[in-house]
Amino acid sequence: MSIEQTPTAVSVADKTPVTESKKRQKMVSSENRRLSPGQWIARVGWRHLIAIIAVIYAAFPLVYVLSASLNPKGNLTGSNKLFTTFSLANYEALLTNPLRPYGRWYLNTLFIAGTTAILTVLLGAMAAYAFSRLRFAGRRAGLMSLLLIQMFPQLLMVVAIFLLLSALGDVVPSLGIGSAIALILVYLGGALGTNTYLMYGFFNTVPMALDEAAKVDGASHARIFFTIILRLVAPILAVVGLLSFVGTFNEYVVASVVLGNDPKQNTLAIGLFQYVSTEFNSFWQVFAAGAVLASLPVLVLFLWLQKYIVSGLTVGAVK
Amino acid sequence: MSTTLTEREKRGTRARETYSSSLTAWIIKILGLGAVDAMAVLGALTAASKGAWLIMAGFLLIALAATLIYLPPNRLLPGKYLFPGLVFLLIFTVGAMIYTVWVGFTNYGDGHNGSKKDAIASIIKQNQARVPNTPTHPAAVAEKDGKLWLVVVDEKAQEVKAGTTDTPAAKVEGAEMNSLGAVKALPGYRILQFAEISKRSQDVSALQVPLTDKPEDGYYRTTTGSQAFVYNSTIKYDSAKDTFTDPQGVVYTDNGKGNFATADGKTIDPGWRVSVGVDNFTSIFTNKDIRSPFIAVTLWTFAFAILSVFSTFVLGLFLALVLNDPKMTGQKVYRTLLILPYAFPAFLSALIFAGLFNQEFGFINEVLLRGADIPWLNDPFWSKLALLLTNLWLGYPYMFLVATGALQSIPEDILEAAKVDGASPWKTFMSIKLPLLMVPLAPLLISSFAFNFNNFTLVFLLTRGWPQFTDTSLNVGHTDILISMVYKLAGLDGSARHDYGLASAFSILIFILVGVVSYLGFRQTKSLEDVN
Repeated sequence: MSIEQTPTAVSVADKTPVTESKKRQKMVSSENRRLSPGQWIARVGWRHLIAIIAVIYAAFPLVYVLSASLNPKGNLTGSNKLFTTFSLANYEALLTNPLRPYGRWYLNTLFIAGTTAILTVLLGAMAAYAFSRLRFAGRRAGLMSLLLIQMFPQLLMVVAIFLLLSALGDVVPSLGIGSAIALILVYLGGALGTNTYLMYGFFNTVPMALDEAAKVDGASHARIFFTIILRLVAPILAVVGLLSFVGTFNEYVVASVVLGNDPKQNTLAIGLFQYVSTEFNSFWQVFAAGAVLASLPVLVLFLWLQKYIVSGLTVGAVK
Repeated sequence: MSTTLTEREKRGTRARETYSSSLTAWIIKILGLGAVDAMAVLGALTAASKGAWLIMAGFLLIALAATLIYLPPNRLLPGKYLFPGLVFLLIFTVGAMIYTVWVGFTNYGDGHNGSKKDAIASIIKQNQARVPNTPTHPAAVAEKDGKLWLVVVDEKAQEVKAGTTDTPAAKVEGAEMNSLGAVKALPGYRILQFAEISKRSQDVSALQVPLTDKPEDGYYRTTTGSQAFVYNSTIKYDSAKDTFTDPQGVVYTDNGKGNFATADGKTIDPGWRVSVGVDNFTSIFTNKDIRSPFIAVTLWTFAFAILSVFSTFVLGLFLALVLNDPKMTGQKVYRTLLILPYAFPAFLSALIFAGLFNQEFGFINEVLLRGADIPWLNDPFWSKLALLLTNLWLGYPYMFLVATGALQSIPEDILEAAKVDGASPWKTFMSIKLPLLMVPLAPLLISSFAFNFNNFTLVFLLTRGWPQFTDTSLNVGHTDILISMVYKLAGLDGSARHDYGLASAFSILIFILVGVVSYLGFRQTKSLEDVN
C-alpha cells in the first residue's frame, strides 16, 4: 500500500459548470479553478484551517525546545518566552561538561543503534530468505513460532536479561553488565520476529524464476542470496534497518539495565534522562540543546526514507 | 512498492554478471567459522576454569552447531541461513523468557543472591572475632598477580604460608626472615614496605585468608600488616548437622526457605537462593500490600492502552479524512509536518513534555493556560491525563499515516454510488468508509494496543510512575503500568531493594495477559492464514 497520492476519479459535483471571473482565479490555486470562493471555503478552505491548526499542534513542542536551546537564561521559566534571544551558550555548556560526556553518549548511541540495525537487517534477511525460498521440515511451525515470540518484547524479560548478563560477565567480562557489545547481542535477540515476517512477505514477491536462472548459470546459494536477492529487496531492507535504528535509538529500559552506572557508557536516552531527572529546572536549556542535537539523525533519516516507512507501517510495524 | 518486474530482471542480470571466484567465498567461510569456533572454545575454557558449567556447555554447543551446519557445503541450507538469528533469539528472548519463569518461582533477590555454600561462608565472615588464646603470628603483606597476599609464619609448625581472600593459606618455600622473625623476601612475591601498607591500609585490613578450604575453620587477618591473628565466627557452623549455634547457645537450622532460622522464626542474613514454589504468586494475590497496587496498576495499564489507541485513532483518522480531498493543495507539505511527532525520537518527546507540564514553570500552565496552577504530574488524575495527552501527540501521526493509506485504497465508485443514492457524508462515513477502513486497520490497532500496554519509555520518562501510592510500602505509583512496576520491584532503577523473584512473578503474569490479548488479536486477523 502506498501513501503517494493516487489519481482519483473526479466526483459528480466537480463536473457542474461554474462561471468564473479572473479575480477568483487569482484567489484560488490553479487546481481549484472551477470553485467559487464560497465553494472553495466550503470544500477546501476549512480543511486548510484544520490542517494549519494541526500543524501548529504538531510542531509547537519542537519549536519550543529549539527556542529553549538558544536561550541562555538556563531555566524553565526563561524558556517560556519563545525566540527572544539567540545564543549558543547552551550548546557550549552541553559539549564541555566532563561529568556528562555528551559527545561520548552520542557516539555510543550511533555505534549501538547502527551496529544493531545493520546486523538486524542481515540476520532478518537471511531468515526471511530461508523461509521464502527453501522448503524444510518445521518451516511452517518456525514461521508461526516467530509470530508468537514477537508478541513478547524483550523489555518484559529485562530482569532475566540482567541476571543472565551478570552471570555471563563473571566469566567473560566483556560480555557482562556495562558492555555495549553485550547490549548489541541482547538487541539481536529481537532481530527475528516482526522483521523476518515483514521481509518474508516482501521476499515472496520476488519471482523464483530469477533464482532458478541464476542456479542454471551455476551460481551458489550464497551468491544468489547476497548478489541477487538482497539487491532486489533493498526497499524492505531500508525499512527494517531504519525501524531497528530508531527503535534502538529510543530504547531506554534494557539499555539502562545493561550499560550500568558508568557515565561514559551511557546512551543519549539514559544520559539526557539523568540531565532532567536530577536538576530539572536549572539545567533545562542545556538539556534542550542536547535534545535538538540528538533528534537530528533520527529526524533526517525519517524524513529522507518517509516513503518507505509508510509502506512498512501498513504491514504492521510499530515504532 | 514501485519496483517492476522488468527492472528487477535487469538488476538480476547485472548482479549475475558480477560473479567472482567461489574459492574466495570458501576461504571467507572457513576463516569466519574458525574465528567463531575459536572464540566459543576460548569462552568455554574460561567458563570451565571458573566452574560455570552451564555457560561452558552453551559455548561448546554453539561451536559444535556452527561447525556441523557450516562445514559441509550445500547441505543443511535452511540451517545456514537461520542459525545466526536463532542463536540470539534462543539466548536473549526465549532463554530469557524461560529464565524469567524459573526466577518467578524462587526467592532470588537481596539477601537471597547466591548458593547455600556462599551464604554459609559470608555468615561466618560477617560474625568474626579473634579466637581467644591463639598465638600472634609474624606476618607480611605481599603482591603477586595484581592481588594482595598475606604471608604468615606459623612458628609452632615452623612453616611459612601464603594466601589471599579467595585462596586458602598454603605452605610456601624459600622465604627469607628478618630479625623479628617475619618474612622479608619470598621468591615470586613482592613484599610490601611499611609506607605502601599504610597507604593501602583498607585493602590490607580487608584481607581474610581462610586457614583451610572449609570456612568454618577460621581466617588469618591482620591490622598492622606485620602481625596476623586467627579469627573465627562467633556463631559456630556445624557442617555435620548443618546448623549454626550462636554464643548464647541458640541453634539456627535450615528452614527450607533459603535461611538459617530458629524455631520461632528468627533468621540470620544472608540467606540463599531457593525455589519457593508459588509463594510469590500467593503474595501477589493475598498480601494486601502487594495486591492493592497490583490491581490498580493492572486497571490503569488497560485503561492507558485502550484510551491511547482510541484517542490517537480518532485524531489520526479525522486528520486523514480532512486532508484526503483531491482538491486540497499542499497535501505533501502538510503530511510531512504532521508526522513530525512520529519522526522525533520518542524518549526526547517524553522528557520535553515533562518540562512543558511542570506545575510552577512549565509552558502549559504559565503561557497556554495563563498562569494556571494545574498539578500535572503531581496529582493522580492530572498526571494520568498528562500521559494520555502526551501519547496522543506521539501516536496520532502513525494512525494518520495508516488511515490515509487505507482511505486511498477504498474504491471511488462505491462512494459515488452512495452519493447518487443520496447518503449524507456522515452516513457514508459510518456505514461505508469506516467498515471498509477497519479491515486493514484492525490488526494495526491491536498491535498498537500491545505496544502501549508495554510503553515503558513514555511512562517512566514522563512521570516515573509517580505520584506514589500511599496505601502500600512498595515503590509503585498511580501512573505506573505493569512493566514499569516490574522494573521498580526488581530494584533495577536503584531506588529499592532487589526482589527478582517477585518481579519475575509479575513478568509471568504479564506474559499471560499479553498472550491472551495476542490470541484474541490473532483470531481477528488473517496473519495466520498467510503462513503457508
